[in-house]
Amino acid sequence: MTDININVPILARVEGEGALSIAIKNGEIETLNLSIYEPPRFFEKFLEGRRYDEVLDIVARICGICPVAYQMSAVQALEQIFQCTPNAWVRDMRRAFYCGEWLESHGLHVHMLAAPDFLGYGSAIEMAKDYPDEVKRGLRLHAIGNEILSLFGGRAVHPVGACVGGFYSAPSLKAVSDMLKKIECSMQDAEDLIAWTASLPMVERNQNFPSICIKHAREYPMNEGNIFSDTPALDLPKEHFDKHFKEEHVAHSTALHCLMDGTPYMLGPLSRINNCLYQLPENIQKLIAQTGIQFPSKNTFHSIVARAIEIYYALQEARRIFSDYSLPDESRSEFEVQSGIGYGCTEAPRGMLWHRYEVDEKGFITSSTIIPPTSQNQARIESDLMQSLHDFGLDKDQDAMRLHSEMVVRNYDPCISCSTHFLTLNVEKKP
Amino acid sequence: MSDKPKIAVHKFSSCDGCQLAILNLGEKLIELTEIVDIMHFAEAGPVNPHEKVDVAFVEGSITTPHELDRIQEVRSNSQYVVTIGACATSGGLQALRNFKHVDIKQWTQSVYAKPEFISTLETSTAIAKHIKVDLEIWGCPINSKQIIETIRALCFGVEPVVQKDSLCLECKRQGNACVMVTKQEPCLGPITQSGCGALCPSVGRGCYGCYGPDENPNTKALAKRFSGLGLLPNDIARKLHFINSQAKGYLEIGNELGNKTLKDDAK
Ligand code: SF4
Ligand code: SF4
Ligand code: SF4
Repeated sequence: MTDININVPILARVEGEGALSIAIKNGEIETLNLSIYEPPRFFEKFLEGRRYDEVLDIVARICGICPVAYQMSAVQALEQIFQCTPNAWVRDMRRAFYCGEWLESHGLHVHMLAAPDFLGYGSAIEMAKDYPDEVKRGLRLHAIGNEILSLFGGRAVHPVGACVGGFYSAPSLKAVSDMLKKIECSMQDAEDLIAWTASLPMVERNQNFPSICIKHAREYPMNEGNIFSDTPALDLPKEHFDKHFKEEHVAHSTALHCLMDGTPYMLGPLSRINNCLYQLPENIQKLIAQTGIQFPSKNTFHSIVARAIEIYYALQEARRIFSDYSLPDESRSEFEVQSGIGYGCTEAPRGMLWHRYEVDEKGFITSSTIIPPTSQNQARIESDLMQSLHDFGLDKDQDAMRLHSEMVVRNYDPCISCSTHFLTLNVEKKP
Repeated sequence: MSDKPKIAVHKFSSCDGCQLAILNLGEKLIELTEIVDIMHFAEAGPVNPHEKVDVAFVEGSITTPHELDRIQEVRSNSQYVVTIGACATSGGLQALRNFKHVDIKQWTQSVYAKPEFISTLETSTAIAKHIKVDLEIWGCPINSKQIIETIRALCFGVEPVVQKDSLCLECKRQGNACVMVTKQEPCLGPITQSGCGALCPSVGRGCYGCYGPDENPNTKALAKRFSGLGLLPNDIARKLHFINSQAKGYLEIGNELGNKTLKDDAK
């Protein structure tokens, strides 16, 4: 068999700079490189010399799709340094705020990016012609996430409401009760979405990988917890992350690859459901049972169902929190600025997001490290592609291979810039 | 313009937030496809980056050698080029690398094990530094209403109106209590353009200037007022050198108070 090089300049949104290159030799994949190319923007460096109260507005700008995740991991680290334990109201509202981001991000991913793949459309706009109700339902769920974000932060992208200690101000009773009504009206949409995603044509397969997420004794993973892996078993305080997890720079990408004791691992909704399904409310567990899909699942295509489940959960959780909303005495807890090192680890929509900061006695950042989910998932995406393309058949039509690869990559929701449609397919056959 | 105008949305170095602000239009975006053809908007699906269009919206700043070439292609393919957001319009937060004390090579080495594979420029620059820009929309992110208004105006062949009056006017119209008066909180409102809806003052904090300078910013006077509130020169400089550090009106006084100078290729 001839040797084949497939170069897929993927990632429409990075306009041909990202790429998947596969070299096939004697019917086996010889090398496979996924380069998720985003020009480096050096945020960790910009943070140096900035004061703690500027951090949340800086880190938000790392990603327009999940600014709240960056804010929540950062705030946790800074509060650890200042020995500040936010009051119960703040803790609850942060969770509701985060639910808004899960809804917004998952809603976008399921409908704009993933579902068109499963149904064979080039984009959600095309899909909308044949599936108007489903796309509209998705837009409604995405919009309700945006509204929850705006309730706390004025706007959905780079909301301005969060600060170290809590929130600059508390939403009014009226705003929250209006929000509750809207949430109530969306519950059916979210319930239907679970069944719909479960009915999509699925590829059957079973891969072997560690599912990793944070884990908390009393709640489904989101705002805080230990770092947890199913197999190999691991349960670590966030402070010990770098004992087991190491970032490596691979030449073909600006993203750094992160490995757990040398092994690629998966983050995100599927990992959270795999590890923490038992922490979901009973009614949701029932809905999951009705889908007929067995969780824990090591079929990464089930990620779309996991995302739909989390949409329903986030909506229900926001409803729970808002149902007994009252105005707080203080929307932010007091603290004293002091020097130290702090760690933050929360669940961004696409997986665990780890931060570390060092602060001097005046509250200025002296160093920071941010490990986003995309760089943690990247090594796993490559091993997934290796297996998936092998199972799919390396002799298949190259266009079909390209589409299949896109679909595999998209399961990881690798920050939106990497998950839209591949551009063209360049094939180079070696003599 | 052709019967049904063609539009494109291009991404350069950015966080994708401005594109998302367009996507967040939701059903309105789908309605928009009845009056315009969206040729290229990768975040929403359509991918035809090399297509000729009537209006190209550009998100993001120029930070790599490849982007230098791409922006030229966008210009030659588009009748109108509209920059969206702080990144495209002023270089964005990542333009903090444009100051002389910032050594990108050393930075790259400290972040990436194989810095030779990272091709990045020393600076992050606004689109207008490289090509002629027909319209600039500020904000980090932009307000999606501005996009609809711009497309409507261009479709009807009228010049889109760009309001650049100060945020204070918008803030007062909303009946907010001024945070500078009531809480002695420094606020960039007096030198920042309106458009966001005075979001920060309405949650009780000072504006940090994400919409960029207004028409005639009196930055000196505001800096004086800030020092009256107890801010040190470096505190004021950090406020000015933030999301829109390169914008005229913020840059100069920031340089002066923070003792900063720009690299030559950022000028
Ligand atoms: S201007 Fe702000 S929101 Fe827009 S792309 Fe740049 S960083 Fe993101
Ligand atoms: S709060 Fe800020 S924007 Fe509002 S009036 Fe006062 S200075 Fe102006
Ligand atoms: S008040 Fe200022 S910083 Fe806040 S959103 Fe508006 S322009 Fe941006």
